[in-house]
Amino acid sequence: MDFFIQQIAAGLTNGAIYACVALGLVMIYVSTDHINFAQGEMAMFATYLAWAMIDAGVSYWVAFGATILIAFASGLFIQRVILKPLETAPVLALVVCFIALLSIFNALAGMIWSFTIKQFPSPFPQRDVFGNGLVSVQQIGVVTVTLLMLCLLTVFFRFTTLGLAMRAAAQNATSARLMGVRVSWMLALGWGLASAIGAIAGMLVAPIVFLDPNMMTGILVYGFAGALVGGIANPLGAVAGGFIVGVLENLVGSYIIGNELKLSFALIMVVGVLLLKPAGIFGRVIVKRV
Amino acid sequence: MAAMAQSWATKAGIGKVAMFFWVLLAALPLAGFVTDSPSFDYYMFMGQSMLIYAIAVLGLNLLIGFNGQISLGHSAFFAVGAYTAAILMNFGGVPYWLTLPIAAGVCFGAGFLFGFPALKLEGHYLALATFTLAIAVPQLLKYKAIAGWTGGVGGLLLDKPDPPFGIPLSADQYLYYLCLVVAMVVFWGVFNLLRGRSGRAIMAIRDHGMAAGTMGIDTGLYKTVTFGISAGITGVAGALSAITIAYVAPDSFTLQLSISFLVGLVVGGIASLPGCVIGGAFIVVVQNSSQSISDWMKDTFSLRYDVPAWAIYGTLLLLLMFFLPNGIAGGLAVLRARLGRGSRQS
Repeated sequence: MDFFIQQIAAGLTNGAIYACVALGLVMIYVSTDHINFAQGEMAMFATYLAWAMIDAGVSYWVAFGATILIAFASGLFIQRVILKPLETAPVLALVVCFIALLSIFNALAGMIWSFTIKQFPSPFPQRDVFGNGLVSVQQIGVVTVTLLMLCLLTVFFRFTTLGLAMRAAAQNATSARLMGVRVSWMLALGWGLASAIGAIAGMLVAPIVFLDPNMMTGILVYGFAGALVGGIANPLGAVAGGFIVGVLENLVGSYIIGNELKLSFALIMVVGVLLLKPAGIFGRVIVKRV
Repeated sequence: MAAMAQSWATKAGIGKVAMFFWVLLAALPLAGFVTDSPSFDYYMFMGQSMLIYAIAVLGLNLLIGFNGQISLGHSAFFAVGAYTAAILMNFGGVPYWLTLPIAAGVCFGAGFLFGFPALKLEGHYLALATFTLAIAVPQLLKYKAIAGWTGGVGGLLLDKPDPPFGIPLSADQYLYYLCLVVAMVVFWGVFNLLRGRSGRAIMAIRDHGMAAGTMGIDTGLYKTVTFGISAGITGVAGALSAITIAYVAPDSFTLQLSISFLVGLVVGGIASLPGCVIGGAFIVVVQNSSQSISDWMKDTFSLRYDVPAWAIYGTLLLLLMFFLPNGIAGGLAVLRARLGRGSRQS
């Protein structure tokens, strides 16, 4: 039973991180219909920036905040400079661009900071909450940060004019434009937010998996799975999906197939959801008009 | 890219150029009889790699360029082909040349099966599913339960075949010819496939799937079979790579291999058969000269760091998407059309 509870706690911690990645993916998907394959590598790169700052003597929370701001700005920049000219390009051109970004970020991180594994500090202490070895403060901290971020985003989208404008731009670009919303900039903001959320995910996961240029590859796949399970067009669903995938992955990994096939499990989940319920658990089925 | 409907593959008159090109490729190893350069065998090995990549890119191009289905998971089929050949040679004692058709069949089956769920997926979703496949495969190949067959993390070591019937060629010269013959057969086959009724159906599905369906094309069947053939071709390339390198290991078949196929495809030209050869050669050249490119860039731009090949690949992909979306072959075709028009007017 203790082992079971430990696995659930670890699953929820991983799930929180997958939820962040999934949330970043949904941000971009909702507004532009694109699936950002570079989401993981962008998060990894931001985490390296945070590491470099902390290494240079900056305090953890200052580095945390600065990294989020830099990630936001670079997400905005990437959308403006690289993706805006390709707004009407075919899907293949966009997929190629995302793959190109993935390669560039991965190579740059390796080039600047080398491919050796680095330790990333955690703001949360490693000790137990209840003193019985089941749940650590670190785990509670990761989940809390994710939920806090989700609340902030909900408030932003529900109760601010800018949030409303972004939702409008995503739902019906033409009408929004007629109402005076600068749709193209709303998409850029979406990219900025996605990139910032990714950076948070990277900084939360780095103390657990250690920092290296390939640390996000597997996590991105789980993020995909989470986003699809919850419904890739639904932010709340994506977060729920992330948690579901995290817990399932840990349970299946420790009780059924072992840790060596975890990525194959993610593959089965992705293909399975796409086949059986493409809209996800919380998503709406979209009927295509011909 | 939809404007590439008029591709070279369907045009007549390219035959002579192609013939000249293949004869040139066939004549290259003969240089080995006049030169005594110690690195000649290495050049032959590079030639083999170029041909192997050209075949793999051809497989991917058939799917992406001609059928409009995006795959980022062709490293998986390359791996299946390579492991099929390696396991058959290592445990079954099957002669190396017989592993090629078997690998093609196995990969056709794998691709056909994966193509079934892929039928329901389009565009980004298909890219996503195949992306996941590419990431899952190396881990799957390392799985302990099948390590007896796959060699686990260490992989399998094979014997390099010698030329048969006492042909006076070095092993690398001979393997170059093996790759060349296989490449010619595969290119000829795809050329003929695309020229006929099936090829028009395949391209019609890319250009407008629903219109193709209303015209009576069984789009589901064509898409799965194209996926299968594409995977089969890439599998043959994988088997050839296992034979020529004489070694297979899980970490050679990562997402990065898929990306390098994509680089070859985009550089050579989407929906272009000659482009596949250009792309295949390009991948090998960049891989082999990445150190000197990096050194050159360090000197020219006074950089502090080494520039890895992947940064070059990525930057190139972006630049091509912006300035030359149809790759080198597409650029050449435009150039040829312009020159042709100029001479007719004069």
